[in-house]
Amino acid sequence: MGLVLSMLGIWDPWIWGVYILCILSALLCVIYGIINWNKGGEEEAQEIIEEAAWEMKEEEMEEKELGL
Amino acid sequence: MNLLLFNVIILIYLLITLYLGYRGWKGTKDTEGYLVAGRKAHPYIMAMSYGATFISTSAIVGFGGNAGLFGMGLLWLTFFNIFVGIFIAFVLYGRRTRKMGHNLNAMTFPELLGKRFDSRFIQYFSGLVIFLGMPLYASVVLIGAARFMETTLAIDFDVALLIYSVIIAAYVVWGGLRGVMYTDAFQGTIMFFGMAFLLIMTYSHLGGITAAHQALTEMAHLVPENLAKMGHVGWTAMPILGSSWWWTLVSTIVLGVGIGVLAMPQLAVRFMTVKSSRELHRGTLIGGVFILFMTGVAFTVGALSNVFFYQTQGDIAINVAKGNADSIIPIYINAAMPEWFVYIFMLTLLAAAMSTSSSQFHTQGSAIGRDIYETISQKKGGSSIMVTRAGIIVAMIVAVTLGYILPDNIIARGTAVFFGLCASAFLPMYTTALYWKRTTKAGAIAGLLTGTFVTVFWYLFIHKAEAVPLGISKMLLGRDLLLTDMPWPVVDPIVVALPLAMLATVAVSLITKRMSKEHLDNCFRGMK
Repeated sequence: MGLVLSMLGIWDPWIWGVYILCILSALLCVIYGIINWNKGGEEEAQEIIEEAAWEMKEEEMEEKELGL
Repeated sequence: MNLLLFNVIILIYLLITLYLGYRGWKGTKDTEGYLVAGRKAHPYIMAMSYGATFISTSAIVGFGGNAGLFGMGLLWLTFFNIFVGIFIAFVLYGRRTRKMGHNLNAMTFPELLGKRFDSRFIQYFSGLVIFLGMPLYASVVLIGAARFMETTLAIDFDVALLIYSVIIAAYVVWGGLRGVMYTDAFQGTIMFFGMAFLLIMTYSHLGGITAAHQALTEMAHLVPENLAKMGHVGWTAMPILGSSWWWTLVSTIVLGVGIGVLAMPQLAVRFMTVKSSRELHRGTLIGGVFILFMTGVAFTVGALSNVFFYQTQGDIAINVAKGNADSIIPIYINAAMPEWFVYIFMLTLLAAAMSTSSSQFHTQGSAIGRDIYETISQKKGGSSIMVTRAGIIVAMIVAVTLGYILPDNIIARGTAVFFGLCASAFLPMYTTALYWKRTTKAGAIAGLLTGTFVTVFWYLFIHKAEAVPLGISKMLLGRDLLLTDMPWPVVDPIVVALPLAMLATVAVSLITKRMSKEHLDNCFRGMK
């Protein structure tokens, strides 16, 4: 077993491997976030209009139900 | 310990929390505000709230204690937490959930699924699974918080439990999801700094990263015989392949909790609180780093506590904690850290617990109000918010009651049970809802029922850790377990229930009639 590589004071590759994998996966999230920082905001305006209409509808329903 | 100073710190913390809850209440005018924070949450608030809800005292104290017992193999869960719980969740599930939630005007996780499959049954049955399944998870989070208050402040456990619950009730009942998310973001920020300090101080105390790990590696010969029999070969090594601890680690902890997160209703609903995909992209960055500093730090420090205890007291962590893994982290903090940090860490844990508890109660309340009461009575609006608020209070009473009666060593297990149940019951239906238009109402229901009942059956009759203490198998069949051959008693239900539920969803969908094109067009509007 003398050939097994030790990293960061850990012999088992399943353990030092996952130690590094944790850091790499957090980096992946960071890079993804930076690359897409400003993407995906396009649909916003249309959705706000739709939601305002629903809100009106809901208020009407509530008024009816509560008899206000 | 200066109790006066500490009480002042806690008081300031609580005042800020209550103020944020009040801000949430002020900003909430209607059902949408109460249930999905008006769909306009800031990416920082959303991501921190997601992370802080995801990570509870259970993850830090319970699973961290387990790392003290079994070692760094638990880091596989951290990897899943980040890669599956954040990256896959935000990128593959979050964007579609947000869009579909908007298209169908859904405000809870069961409502999204119910509307997607045009089934009231799915909505109220899912609501019921949440309302009945979550109290155990809610209760272990309460226990985690109260245990730490008991050890640190020398307050009676029962009193700690009670004070804590009353404060949370105050801002969840009135503030709705907006109140919950504002306080979560504040609490998440405290958690981040608390855990970052903990990591730095532990490594510097033990002489640096490599030196600390090396010292832990060299302690392998100290593994007690009973743990060695379960497959434990040291704190920096994976357990023996196929041993009972290997199965628990891989099937219950890594798979159950690691994958279960995708279908957690209180997390999935967060995706519906932001106004566009842009917020989710930004949230991915924040969430990934946040989680690394939560479970990554807790599991590393938990394992390394063995080195500290061996150097100072000549014994390993689990012996110092008198056999209760849930006490390892609190004892370590009190023994190894400077006094001022004990205050900070206490606050960190309180924040972690409160941020998770608040969402659990909010989700259980909305399950009763919106998903069960509204769907069955068909009444909308004002009265259902009242029922939601009443549901929140009932959920709290149940969790506190359970908190008084549950046994030791329950924190990590109680969490794993609920994560596993959610994965098997909801994940197949949720995944196909977002990605496979051919799924039918009958298919979704088949998956939901298969996942739920196979999981419950497995816990009652096969999985040893639950079946033996519950005693239902013994009562009905006269024997502790239905299957006693290895590895079945240690295989987690998720390994069996999730594939079966997936199979049921796909098979039944393929033999039943497609959903109408207009309905699908409406659900998938604006999605590629």
